[in-house]
Amino acid sequence: MNMSQTALKSAPGAQATPHFDVERIRADFPILKLKPGGKPLVYLDNAASSQMPQQVIDRLVRYQTSQHSNIHRAVHTLSEIATAEYEEARRKLARFINAREEREVIFTSGTTDAINLAMHGYGRKFIGAGDEIILTTLEHHANIVPWQMLAEEKGVKIRVVPIDDAGEVSIGDYEKLFNEHTKLVGVAHVSNALGSVVPVKQMIAFAHARGVPVLVDGAQAAPHMKLDMQDLDCDFYAFSGHKLCGPTGIGILYAKAALLERMQPFKGGGDMILSVSFEKTTYNVIPQKFEAGTPPIAAAIGLGAAVDYLSAIGLDAIAAHEHALLDYATEQLLRMPGVHIIGTAREKAAVLSFKLDGVHPHDIGTLLNQDGVAVRTGHHCAQPVMQRYGVPATSRASFAFYNTMAEVDALVAGIRNVQKVFC
Amino acid sequence: MADPKSLYQEVILDHNRKPRNYGELAQANHKAEGHNPLCGDHLSIALNLDGERIESIAFQGESCAICKASASMMTASVKGKTRQDAETQIQEFRDMATGQLDVEKQPHHLGRLTVFSGVRDLPTRVKCAILPWHTLHAALHAVPDISTESDNDPMHAPIGDA
Ligand SMILES: Cc1ncc(COP(=O)(O)O)c(C=O)c1O
Repeated sequence: MNMSQTALKSAPGAQATPHFDVERIRADFPILKLKPGGKPLVYLDNAASSQMPQQVIDRLVRYQTSQHSNIHRAVHTLSEIATAEYEEARRKLARFINAREEREVIFTSGTTDAINLAMHGYGRKFIGAGDEIILTTLEHHANIVPWQMLAEEKGVKIRVVPIDDAGEVSIGDYEKLFNEHTKLVGVAHVSNALGSVVPVKQMIAFAHARGVPVLVDGAQAAPHMKLDMQDLDCDFYAFSGHKLCGPTGIGILYAKAALLERMQPFKGGGDMILSVSFEKTTYNVIPQKFEAGTPPIAAAIGLGAAVDYLSAIGLDAIAAHEHALLDYATEQLLRMPGVHIIGTAREKAAVLSFKLDGVHPHDIGTLLNQDGVAVRTGHHCAQPVMQRYGVPATSRASFAFYNTMAEVDALVAGIRNVQKVFC
Repeated sequence: MADPKSLYQEVILDHNRKPRNYGELAQANHKAEGHNPLCGDHLSIALNLDGERIESIAFQGESCAICKASASMMTASVKGKTRQDAETQIQEFRDMATGQLDVEKQPHHLGRLTVFSGVRDLPTRVKCAILPWHTLHAALHAVPDISTESDNDPMHAPIGDA
């Protein structure tokens, strides 16, 4: 999981990673052939949502044309096929993250839904008045607001681990926040606003030594590094399919089986029950207990195909290529007067946030878009991070394994152009 | 889609670089704050109504070039005008930015403010151009605070003892 070990230093003049045939990979992504406004698309908003390869698109089409029915319900052939494919997708996800058991993978609509499930299923049952939850300044709003809702409902206190100027979580400060009231830690594995890789394994070990479970928001980590739930030993792990070359509307909450057994259901309805009468309802076993109603079957199967696709390329190769892109882009931006990189953690993944002297991020975004370069501008749903740096917003380029050194050059040229317009 | 660059015309860049009527206004009798929580932009407008006439007006804040230039040109335009004339411009500017007023074909009182007509092709930037005008409207009606979004931004809640 240590990105720097796999990183290949990009030589001056943009060396691509050897043995990584990015052009062949790009051919899998039909959307990358678009030319919005006549300019080749330079898609650098992968942290918001990544693109889908033909293999996943084809899988969705195959499901919808020959396998679709509702699952877990009927005895007819299509229902059996759909059920088997859906459960096969769960197996693929479990393997992708090296979970101990398949039933530890709960399909959700995404990271946000997964964290809300943890809050309602675990938080509302086991965390109460006077208890404390530790979060970090780096969190996405999805890992802040659900806990604030719990805090308000139950009288729970939220304590926040600060970050330093580089955007690194201070482990010393983290450890100092623990006391006998600490009941949960919520931490992003990779910051979506800064790209900082957080030493979650070390943080989990510290929390576990005090009997405190840890939820990891892996939305930005899952696309960029090999995940191993058994090695990490986290209690909850959440991510979204659409940042992983999969469909929208699907994601997972991984949780240890023992925790899932103890948790209360979040949503009630069909599929999550064994029997229902108006006197007494018995809940289903995990994972079904947490999957009320008809799930996004096609999306789950598509996500299964997406993790197959990523695994075939190899997460280590992906991480190495992205790291080369990030190093090269960082080098270029550091040389440009008036450009300031925000977030300079020693370990980073695929995200480059920056500001330009005298130019508001929205103006940067609009002008870059005119050159075909898609970046995200705004607060990235991480306003505490923005407050930490005293900026309302940043511009963010975020890379995927299908990006090229030439696209980094296009970003750099685009930024120069913005500076020219505003000089 | 129209060339977005047409929005970044020299007039707009100039007003962004050297905003007119920027700063505090000593004895303002009408004030309002405007903010766009989606991008963190905010600006405040202070003005002095002398009877029905806007005798003086100033703005300040943190925003993108489109918003700042819009505020700058707006203050220059409404200064000395009556409240009614300002309200007409507010309505027309909003209609232009949202594509309901075609300044080439329909009559209007916007003058040089038509340099902003290009925002109608950039839906994500319409709010940037309109924010100062909404805020001016609020100031004229002395509504203390306005927002481009509804008032339920969860991030207004405290997040503990960071
Ligand atoms: C770190 C992090 N957490 C949570 C989310 C929320 O993901 P989603 O909107 O897919 O639920 C995102 C992405 O926007 C993210 O980057």
